[in-house]
Amino acid sequence: MAIDLTVEGLEAGYGTVRVLHGVSLDVRDSETVALLGTNGNGKSTLLKCIMGIVRPESGKIEVEIDGERIDLVGLAPREVVEHGIGMVPEGRRLFPRLTVEENLTLGAFRSAARAKLSENLSFCLEAFPVLAQRRRQLAGSMSGGEQQMLAIARALMSSPRLLLIDEPSVGLAPILVSRTIAKIKELKDEHGLTVLMAEQNFNQAIKIADRGYVIVHGEMALAGESADALRENELVKQYYLGTDL
Amino acid sequence: MTRFWIGAVAVIAAGLLLAMTDIIANSFWFFAAYVVLQYVVLATAWNIMGGYMGYVNFGSAGFFAIGAYTAIVMYNLIKAPLLVMIPLSGVVCGLMGLGMGYLTLRLRGVYFAIGTLALAVVLETLMVNWDYVGGATGAYVIRPREMEPFGDYVKFLTFVMLVLAVIAVAAARWVERAKFGRGLHAIRDDELAAECAGIPTLRLKLIATTLSGFLMGVAGAPFPLYVGFVEPVSAFNLAYAVNAIAMPMIGGTTMWAGPVIGALLLGTAQQIANVTISSELNLLIVGLVLVLFVTLAPEGIVGLVRKYFGRGR
Repeated sequence: MAIDLTVEGLEAGYGTVRVLHGVSLDVRDSETVALLGTNGNGKSTLLKCIMGIVRPESGKIEVEIDGERIDLVGLAPREVVEHGIGMVPEGRRLFPRLTVEENLTLGAFRSAARAKLSENLSFCLEAFPVLAQRRRQLAGSMSGGEQQMLAIARALMSSPRLLLIDEPSVGLAPILVSRTIAKIKELKDEHGLTVLMAEQNFNQAIKIADRGYVIVHGEMALAGESADALRENELVKQYYLGTDL
Repeated sequence: MTRFWIGAVAVIAAGLLLAMTDIIANSFWFFAAYVVLQYVVLATAWNIMGGYMGYVNFGSAGFFAIGAYTAIVMYNLIKAPLLVMIPLSGVVCGLMGLGMGYLTLRLRGVYFAIGTLALAVVLETLMVNWDYVGGATGAYVIRPREMEPFGDYVKFLTFVMLVLAVIAVAAARWVERAKFGRGLHAIRDDELAAECAGIPTLRLKLIATTLSGFLMGVAGAPFPLYVGFVEPVSAFNLAYAVNAIAMPMIGGTTMWAGPVIGALLLGTAQQIANVTISSELNLLIVGLVLVLFVTLAPEGIVGLVRKYFGRGR
C-alpha cells in the first residue's frame, strides 16, 4: 500500500484568528519529511487539519492510496485513521490512568484495526522492549521518554501507512530526544513507514529527514529538497541555527 | 453463570421473598429501602458518565424529575400502569441525555457541568409553568392501596426499584467490561488523544449520555406513585443532584461496585438521620462525608479496599 499526501493552499484558524495562510506541502511514499518551525507558526494546526481535528476554511488535503485519490477535508478523525493515517499528538497525551497495554489496545479501536490487534500488539512490544516490561503499569507513572515511546506505539496500533508526529522532542532530555528520533528512523527504515514530523529541534529532525519545509507565520517559507539544502539555507541559519549572517 | 449473576438473582429472590411475605411487617422499612435503592440507580447512572467518561452531570435532579413528570403525564393521559411508565420515562430521559451528549461537542469540564445544572433549572421552570402536570402547586397521583401478590403497594414499588437497581448495575458492569467502556476511559483521560487514536468519541459520548439519562429517568418514574404528590421543588430537589455525585465519589468511580456501596452507605445513613436527628441534616451529612473522602480517600471505598488488599491494577 503506497500513500502520498498532498496539501494545497490550506487556510485554517481558530475563531477569527487565522493561523495558516495558504500552506502547501506534499509527502511521498516512504519519505520522512520534517515540518520545521518555532512555536506558534502553525505546525500543529497543519497536522490537526490533516487529521480532521481542525476543519480548514479552504484548501485541499488529499491522499492517494494505491492510485486512488481520497479527499480528507471534512472527514472525522476516526475516518482519517481508517485511511491509514496515524498521529502522535504533541506532548504525548497518553491515557494516564490506563495501563500500557490498555493504551495500546485503544490505539486499535476500530473493527478493522481490531482484526490485526494481536499482530500489532506483539509488533509494538517487540519494537519497544521497554513497553513489554511495563505492560501492566499505568501509563501516567512512566518517565517522559517511555511515554513518548508509548505514544508512538499507540499510533502504530492502527497500522498506519503515514504517521504524523507532532514535536516528539517536546519536554524530553536531549539524550531521550536522540533516542526517540533514532526509533523513528528505525521504524521508517525497517518498516517503510512514511513520516511527517513537526519539530522545532532542527538539528535532531534533520538527522533523519529526507527533506523538509520551514513554516513561518503560517506560510511555507521554504521547501528544502534535501537535508543539506536546509542546513545551508540562510533563513534556516537565521531562525534555527543561531549563526550570524 | 458468573458470580455476579448468581448474586443478582439471589438479591432479587431475597427481595421477592421479603416483599411477598410478612417477615418484615412494618412498611417503613420498605419506604426507606425504596429511597436507598432509587439512589443505587441514580448513582450508577451518574457514574457511567461522570465516572467512566469524566463528564460531570450536575443535572441529575432534572433527569430524575422529568422521569417522574413523564409518569405523571402518562397517568393523566391514560392512567398508565407503572410498568408502562418506567420504560417511557426511560426513553424520554434517554432522549434528553442524547441532547446533552451533543452539548459535549462544545462544552468540556466545568463548563459542561454548569450547562447540565442550567438544563435542570430550565426544566424546573418549564414544569412550574405547565398546568397539565400541576404547575407550581403540584399533581396528585392516586396510589393503589394494594398490589397482589405483594399486599401493600409500597412493597411492590420497592421490589420494582430493586429490580431496576439490578438492571442498572448490570448495565454499568457491561459498560465497564466492553470495548465501549475502555473508549469512555480514553475520553476521560484525554479526549483529543482519543480522537487521534481513531476512537469515535462523539458516538461513544452519545451512547453514554443516552444510557445514563435513560437510567435516571427510570429511577424517577415510580416516584409519583411512591410519594402520591409531586411538585417541582421536591422533584427537582438539589439532594438528587448532590447525592448522585457524592455516592459514586464515596464508593469509588472506577468500578460498578463504587456507586452501589456509596448509595447503600450514604442512603442508609440519610434514612437513619431522617428519623433520629432531622431530615434537614441529610445534606450536611453528605457534605461532611464527601469532604472527608475527597481529601482522605479520593479513590473512594473501592480504592481503599484495593490499596489494603493489594489488588492494584
